[in-house]
Parts: sequence; structure tokens; C-alpha cells
Amino acid sequence: MNKKIAEAFADGKAFIPFVTCGDPSLDVTEQLVYAMAEAGADLIELGIPFSDPTAEGPVIQAANVRALSGGVTTDKIFDMVVRIRQKTDIPMVFMTYANVVYSYGTESFIAKAADIGMNGLILPDVPFEEKKEFDSVCKTYGLDLISLIAPTSHERITRIAKEAEGFVYCVSSLGVTGMRSAITTDIGAMVKLVKAAKNIPCAVGFGISTPQQAGEMAAKSDGAIVGSAIVKLCEKYGADCVPHVKEYVTAMKEGVLRG
Amino acid sequence: MTDGRFGVHGGQYIPETLMNAVLELEEAYLKYKDDPEFNKELEELLNEYAGRPSRLYYAAHMTEDLGGAKVYLKREDLNHTGSHKINNVLGQVLLAKKMGKTRVIAETGAGQHGVATATAAALMGMECEVFMGKEDTERQALNVYRMRLLGAKVHAVTSGTATLKDAVSETMREWTSRIEDTHYVLGSVMGPHPFPTIVRDFQAVISREIKAQMLEKEGRLPDAVLACVGGGSNAIGTFYNFIDDKDVQLIGCEAAGRGINTAETAATIATGRLGIFHGMKSYFCQDEYGQIAPVYSISAGLDYPGIGPEHANLYDTGRAQYVPVTDDEAVDAFEYLSRIEGIIPAIESAHAVAHARKIVPQMDKDQIVVITISGRGDKDCAAIARYRGEDIYE
Repeated sequence: MNKKIAEAFADGKAFIPFVTCGDPSLDVTEQLVYAMAEAGADLIELGIPFSDPTAEGPVIQAANVRALSGGVTTDKIFDMVVRIRQKTDIPMVFMTYANVVYSYGTESFIAKAADIGMNGLILPDVPFEEKKEFDSVCKTYGLDLISLIAPTSHERITRIAKEAEGFVYCVSSLGVTGMRSAITTDIGAMVKLVKAAKNIPCAVGFGISTPQQAGEMAAKSDGAIVGSAIVKLCEKYGADCVPHVKEYVTAMKEGVLRG
Repeated sequence: MTDGRFGVHGGQYIPETLMNAVLELEEAYLKYKDDPEFNKELEELLNEYAGRPSRLYYAAHMTEDLGGAKVYLKREDLNHTGSHKINNVLGQVLLAKKMGKTRVIAETGAGQHGVATATAAALMGMECEVFMGKEDTERQALNVYRMRLLGAKVHAVTSGTATLKDAVSETMREWTSRIEDTHYVLGSVMGPHPFPTIVRDFQAVISREIKAQMLEKEGRLPDAVLACVGGGSNAIGTFYNFIDDKDVQLIGCEAAGRGINTAETAATIATGRLGIFHGMKSYFCQDEYGQIAPVYSISAGLDYPGIGPEHANLYDTGRAQYVPVTDDEAVDAFEYLSRIEGIIPAIESAHAVAHARKIVPQMDKDQIVVITISGRGDKDCAAIARYRGEDIYE
């Protein structure tokens, strides 16, 4: 397991924000990372935009379009991470789609990501059955390939958890990413199944937007992941989003700690 | 069933949320595919409701005009709903019903698959929602009306390029949000395993019939079979029962749009490279960073940046060849077949007719070619008229 990811969960409940790289620009993304780290984020998910993100709701889909229209590429994002790593050692993982990694050359991508100081990789379109071609390379370079479990996983949870690295990403609800007024899945039961199979942190994502929700989810797990609500702020405030996101992350981290 | 691989292609690259749904589908398919009761029901639907077997028509005028091989047309355009799509849809909706599903969802490009799904849903009393790129709802407005008439709800998809690939993405998203009572009727030999296998098996009736009809009419197998390829369902249906007959050439005709040297093309084999998208590993039109290309073709049904995994493997092994056909060539062929045989083909199918016009004259008179006419062209008339500068609206 990547040591940095374990650190993210070492001080209790973790808050994990997501941003789409290059929305509205890579300079702003870089500033967002510093601001979120200062505001108490424990681990940051950097989204590498993909033209056709099938697991995303409208908010993050639109962010992908904005970022790609702005000319963001995987190589430019790698360069940004190099700059970020000179200033902060906060744990960071990439979240993108299989084709972005595969098309770059799976080994080249993973070697480069590890080399510049990334700690993990989330590929929402790579389930347990297909993970080997990515996971074997991740293990070689010391990057954690994060496993996801969903409300429909049921008996699959044990098998997935046994081989999980870093943390387990618990998808809170059916459907795609996006804010939800209520989460009805029995998260506690999912987390229990994971923990019975392996002692590994579980963080809950999909649908969380308020400090109260974050607290409730963190109370049943080891942390909360928030994407769309932050991306929504980037959309609303554009280049001026950094202080707004910082304020939001501060409130969410407090929510997580109360949970 | 295998592990869902065709050589290196195929697989199940989908969100965890959908995994149990595709596993459940595979289990149900394995249970029913050789079940005599299920097959009897399906055959009855195909024959009595959809009008199978479809005709294998000897195109005497075209044969004479081209002056080479004998040309036969496999008339999938004569099926109920006007295309080969009904073969797969009747199979999948029947299977969904056996699985206890009450609602079906589908993507559609030209609208053929959407109309077929809406039809089967009406027949079997299922709720139906169809996702269609907004651009396609405009160029195929009549089919949108048809689906509504059949009781389906049609969603115009505005994300991405608002065409077929975005309709597929949106239908996948919809499926992740409602799995319990819903089956995704995928329309082509693409997507995650087991879809490429299921759709192929339901479309294989095309080559099964061609083979029997050809043996009856000519006492031998054809020298070549041709079909248009987007995702590739009518093509795999046309090829499948000939794969082991090595003397039968298998030729897939891709939509080259304005040409394979332009950015406005959808010819995946000619311009794409290996990638992972929409649940499968296969060839895709994409940029150097793996961003899926905004493809283009005059044909909404072939306007897709990928190709089914079994086709990708038939290409790798050299068993089938894939050739690009431009908009101009397809429109010429659309008009040609209309005038010479009195058959208006779908603009998709016209791509295969166009390639036949190139190769048939080079062949000997004792050779035989079969072209699958995957659908009828009524839906395309207004668009082709506009392409020719006539201001006709549906």
C-alpha cells in the first residue's frame, strides 16, 4: 500500500475533494490544490478530463468539456503535478477513464504518475474483472489502484475488498456523480463487509454536498469524497473560485470531523 | 460463453454499479439461449411478427449493369420496422421479459434501433425509453415521431457531439441509475460482454438464411458477402455463419464521411487505434491522448467512433476486410439502387452497395456476391434530397 494514502486516514476521518484539472485553467487547479490542502483536505483527487465520461453526471461532464476546450492534455497535467509537488506533499490520486491511461501507454502513464509523486489512480470504468492489466503495473511502480464498490455489489464486496489497495471507494448511490438530497443506501453494511475482508480505509462518494451529509457518511466510514459540489463552484466563479472552494472545503472538513 | 474476449478485444470495462447487471444478463442468456421453449417463441416472433425469413433477391439489372459477378441482395429492409435491428430486439426484449424486467431502454443513431425497441416493447407490454443524440432527432425526425407513436419516451441527448456515441453514454448512465427493473437493449455488437455475443447470436439469422437460400438457388456458397459497418451488427450477422468458410470473402464497409484523410470521417478501422471505451477494448477514432474523436458521416447509423470487438479481431486475423466508403459514394449508390432495382436502401446500407459497384465489375461472371440491405431508405429521403440541394422537409 502507498504510504501517503495511509497517512490521509491516519488522523481520523478524511475529507477528499475532487477537482477537474484545467477547469477553468491549470493555474487555477494548482492554486485550488494549495487552498484545499490548507483548508484541511486529507487527500486530493485530480480528475484528468475525458471526452466521454460515462460515470459522471452533468456537472462534471461540463467541467470535462470546459477543460478539454481549454487545451488541457495529460502531459500538461503531469507538468502541473511536478510544480505542485515542490510545494505540498498532500496525498493525491488521479481519477480518469481507462482510455486516457491505455492510450498514453499504461506503463508509461503509471510510471510517470508515480515518478512525479502521485499516490494512486481511480478508474471508474475498470471493475474487478478488468483490473489486472492496470493493477499489475501499479504494483510495480508503487501506485495504489483504488477499488470501487457500489450499492449493487453485494456478494462482490468481499472479493473486491480482499485485493483492494489504498482505500475503498464506496459509491453511495445508484447512478452517476452529482449532488443528491438524500442517500438511502445502507453504507454501514457495505463498510462492514469491506472491513471483515480487509483492514482498509473506506471513503464514501457520489451525491454528497453538505457538511451534514459529509458528517453522516464519515460517521459510517473513514471519510467523505466530494466532487460535483466543488466543480459547481469552479463553474460558477471561474478564475475567482479559489477562495470560495477554500471556504467550502473548510466547512466540509468540519462536517466530516463532527460526524 | 467465453470470457468475452475476441483476441485482445472485448471485455467488461464498465462501472462497478453495472457489473452485477451484466453478470445477471449473461447468466440468463446462458440459461435461455439453448432453451427449446425460448427459441420456439423467438422463432415464432421472427417469422410471424417480423416477417422472416427475409428474401435473398437476385438483382438482375444490377448484375447486368455492372458486368461482373452475380449480385444478390439480402433484404433485411423488408423486415417489420424496416431494418435488421428487429432481429436483435425481439431476442433481447423476450430475454428481458423472462428475466422479470418491466422496462427497456435503448440508444439509437438513425432511429432504426429505437423504433425496433419501441415496437418490441409495445408488443410485449414493456415500458420503453430511447436516448437519441439531439442532432439525430433533427435529421431523423420521422423516426422520433414513430417511437412516440409506439408509446416510447424519446430523450434528446445534448451532451458531447449529440450523436450516437453520446446516446450510448447517456443510456449507460441511465442504466446505472435504474437497474432493478430495467434492461438495456444494446443495439449493436458492442459494449461490455455479454452484449457483443448476444447481439451477434440474434443477428446470425442473417447469414444462416443467406447460406441456406444460396445453396437452394445456386447450389454453392457466395464468393463474397458485403455489409455496412458502424458498430457492426448487420455485418456480423452477415459474416458469422461464413467465418469458417474460408473461400467466402467478408467485406465490411465503413463510413468514411468526407474522406479518411479529413477529420470528418467515422471509418474506425481506417483511422482509429486500439483503445477502451463504452465497455470494450477495440479500435476507436481518438486523438493522441485518448480523447474520443467527434466523428462524422451522412449516415446517423454509422456515425460511431468505434467498432465491435469481434470485427476488430476479424480485422486483426485478416479473416475480414474493412473498406472506407465516402458520403458521396454512398449517396450515389442510394440513388443507383433506387433506379436500377426499384429498391431504396437505407443510407447505411448504401455504403455496402457503393463498394459492390467498385468490386463487382472486376469479378468473373461465374462469381457471386451478396450485399446485405440492412434497412430501407424512406427515413433518409429528405436528408438525401437536401444533400442534393432540394429543400424538402419531412
